[in-house]
Amino acid sequence: MQHALDTFISNQFHVDAATWAWTQVIYAIAIGLAAFALVNFGAILAGIFSWAERRIAARMQSRIGPNRVGPGGFLQWFADAVKLMLKEDLIPTQSDSILYRMAPYFVMVGFSCTFVVLPFSHAIAATTMDLGLFYIIAITALIVVGVLLSGWASNSKWSLFGAMRAAAQIVSYEIPGGMALMVPLLISGTLSMQEMIRMQGGIQPEAGGNFLTAGGWPWNWNIFHDPAAFVCFFIYFTAALAEGNRAPFDLAEAESEIVAGYNTEYSGFRFSVFFLVEWGNVWVMSAIACTAFLGGWQVPGISLAALDNATGLSSIGLELLSLSFFVVKTLSLCFVVIWLRWTLPRIRVDSMMSLCWKYLVPAAFASIIFETVWVLAFARSPSFQLFFGVIMSIAAGAVPLWLFAKRTFDNIRDTGDRVDLTNW
Amino acid sequence: MTQPRRAPETPTMDTAAAHKDVFKTIGYYGADMLLNMGPQHPSTHGVINFIVQTDGEVMKRAIPEVGYLHRSIEKIAEKVGYNGFMPYTDRVDYIAAMFANQGYAMAVEKLLSIEVPVRSEYCRVIACELNRIASHLISAGTMSMDVGAITPFPYALREREYINDLIEELCGARLTYNYMRIGGVAFDLPVGFTDKVLQFCDHFDKVLVEFDRLITENEIFIQRLGGMGVITAEQAKSYGLVGPNLRGSGIDFDVRRDLPYSVYKDFEYIIPVGRGAKGTVGDSWDRFFVRVVEMRESSRIVRQAIQKIPDGPVMAKVPRKIKPAAGLEAASRIEAARGEMLYYVVADGTEAPYRVKVRTGSFTAMGIIDDLSRGMMIADLVALIASLDVVAPEIDR
Repeated sequence: MQHALDTFISNQFHVDAATWAWTQVIYAIAIGLAAFALVNFGAILAGIFSWAERRIAARMQSRIGPNRVGPGGFLQWFADAVKLMLKEDLIPTQSDSILYRMAPYFVMVGFSCTFVVLPFSHAIAATTMDLGLFYIIAITALIVVGVLLSGWASNSKWSLFGAMRAAAQIVSYEIPGGMALMVPLLISGTLSMQEMIRMQGGIQPEAGGNFLTAGGWPWNWNIFHDPAAFVCFFIYFTAALAEGNRAPFDLAEAESEIVAGYNTEYSGFRFSVFFLVEWGNVWVMSAIACTAFLGGWQVPGISLAALDNATGLSSIGLELLSLSFFVVKTLSLCFVVIWLRWTLPRIRVDSMMSLCWKYLVPAAFASIIFETVWVLAFARSPSFQLFFGVIMSIAAGAVPLWLFAKRTFDNIRDTGDRVDLTNW
Repeated sequence: MTQPRRAPETPTMDTAAAHKDVFKTIGYYGADMLLNMGPQHPSTHGVINFIVQTDGEVMKRAIPEVGYLHRSIEKIAEKVGYNGFMPYTDRVDYIAAMFANQGYAMAVEKLLSIEVPVRSEYCRVIACELNRIASHLISAGTMSMDVGAITPFPYALREREYINDLIEELCGARLTYNYMRIGGVAFDLPVGFTDKVLQFCDHFDKVLVEFDRLITENEIFIQRLGGMGVITAEQAKSYGLVGPNLRGSGIDFDVRRDLPYSVYKDFEYIIPVGRGAKGTVGDSWDRFFVRVVEMRESSRIVRQAIQKIPDGPVMAKVPRKIKPAAGLEAASRIEAARGEMLYYVVADGTEAPYRVKVRTGSFTAMGIIDDLSRGMMIADLVALIASLDVVAPEIDR
């Protein structure tokens, strides 16, 4: 980014960027523009997710879902956002009004700051911060501050309940979540998100690889690197669900138990901020999982050198290709998140805690130990790694497919139903 | 002169004084949090209030406070006359109005010693069992929603809509049916009705398989409900629980079979009893499962009733003015969706009953909540209320 700006300055103003007085101003404007773009990306994405989630949920519940505003109800999220912003921003008289007003901003900052390091494609990422993964884990912890503040400041018993649940849950699940991310860290040896993806490129042509070994093939992904990474993917995914207050861990806003949890008293714009973050978080957690475990933007068969050295039209094409690979993987994970929400009942608060401390935390620690041994043992043998990755990915692809097909056919046999895709 | 624009002063409320009565009632003077769960809580199944004494997630007590939906239905009966009361019985339990209809009709028929035509008894059975399926569907759906699974609810309601369509064809109403009359039913089965009902039964049996897979056998669902809110057989008896709640505790009693009324002895069906398959006998899952099996059995009864229904009139000869002799009294017991429903009617020689008493299952079920809630978690309280299938209008009447 800085390099590109320096080139821009020297081309446009014919000065040396290192010594020019206005360089910092140009940098500031560029950072402002990038931040504006990213926050808006988050907001619009969250809006679209709200529509997508309602459509998918409707399909799962044999309903139609929003279908009036725009084609397929697509503009429903826009109408909802306008409605929420025009609503009265009610602040309960007995609340702690400063904290009450402040809380949504904590949540919003904790969410939107993750985009600083979240990659989108080979070249599109706001920064290539070396501490990327660590930064994300740290900055998302701000969300719990906001949630706790909102629950406390509302001066409502239900809100306080929700906030306490959320605080206990998010703080607990950060541990297995963070520990699970240690495993891809061990594999790739870097905390930088972009570097982590680059490390999942397999055996490059320079090192004697070919089309089937280089690039984003499943066997090069961290998740199929070894059994510990495979386990850790699910640990991370579960912990991320819990951190994002998504079902089956949506205890903090369990409608049937504690009304709406910490946002019971909120209305209008502040309420919409909470929901924006909830839906936006679906993208964030999926993007992290995609980066750390699923090969990020790596394109199958395309080596890193090909991506780095491409120029002109082919560079744009490869960039779009890598962007689309990243987006498709992330969106598939997002779909799984939504799918889980509309399938599973909610876990009770004590089972939620025991799941974290009795199962996920020990499993995550055991995985780290296993991983260190694995890395020490097989780091010098890329061909064994490749062989193992192929076996793992074939097994991991076949088993779910078989289970899915079996359940679908069982259901069709039992109920005499048919595959029906007509009223989507 | 214009008034100065000032916000009206908020009356300061003496919270301690306002709660004093509540504290006194429940004998509470401690430092725990008192939480009003209801009357507008999303999962209290109507306007019921629970005063929850809690210290965090684990409750000390939950005291049900009923009466928000009291409409003096029994008193209305003393004013509107025997026939005029029939529409009011719908409102006793508007989720399963057919049973309230039938119980009242049977009590007055006993009072007048009217022999009801067999065809109308069959019509009643078909209507009631369809209504039982609809009611249990609501119960199962809301229960799964109360433990956080939202998807089974629309599935259950979709099936209920089919039943509503059928019953609408039968009597023109979808919720408060007013289908039965003293001496029979208001309308005979419409043309083509039996075929549609059989078609629905075929469809519904398959849907139940799907429903079982969706929620009944769900691992988290079992974890939440198995062994939770256990009502032992003694407790169930001493608290006067009825219907699925009683059978969930392992007591094999069903009015349809043990004190046969109407034409129920003509049919073959199983009375499901809680066996503690996923925990302890009498836990919430047992009560849920009893309802699921009852839906299947109701569908069986409907099929048999449609095969066996005889021809004939649907109304007996009933005097234009119903005027039972003074001092006569009659009671009818039926197996309603929420358990045994008892109508007790006393005549005083006028055109209106001297007294009508309705005994409903939900009211007694509320009594046991205080006992069971001690040491329970708030999330479980919601599931417990749902598993008892209480409905606010039936509690208060």
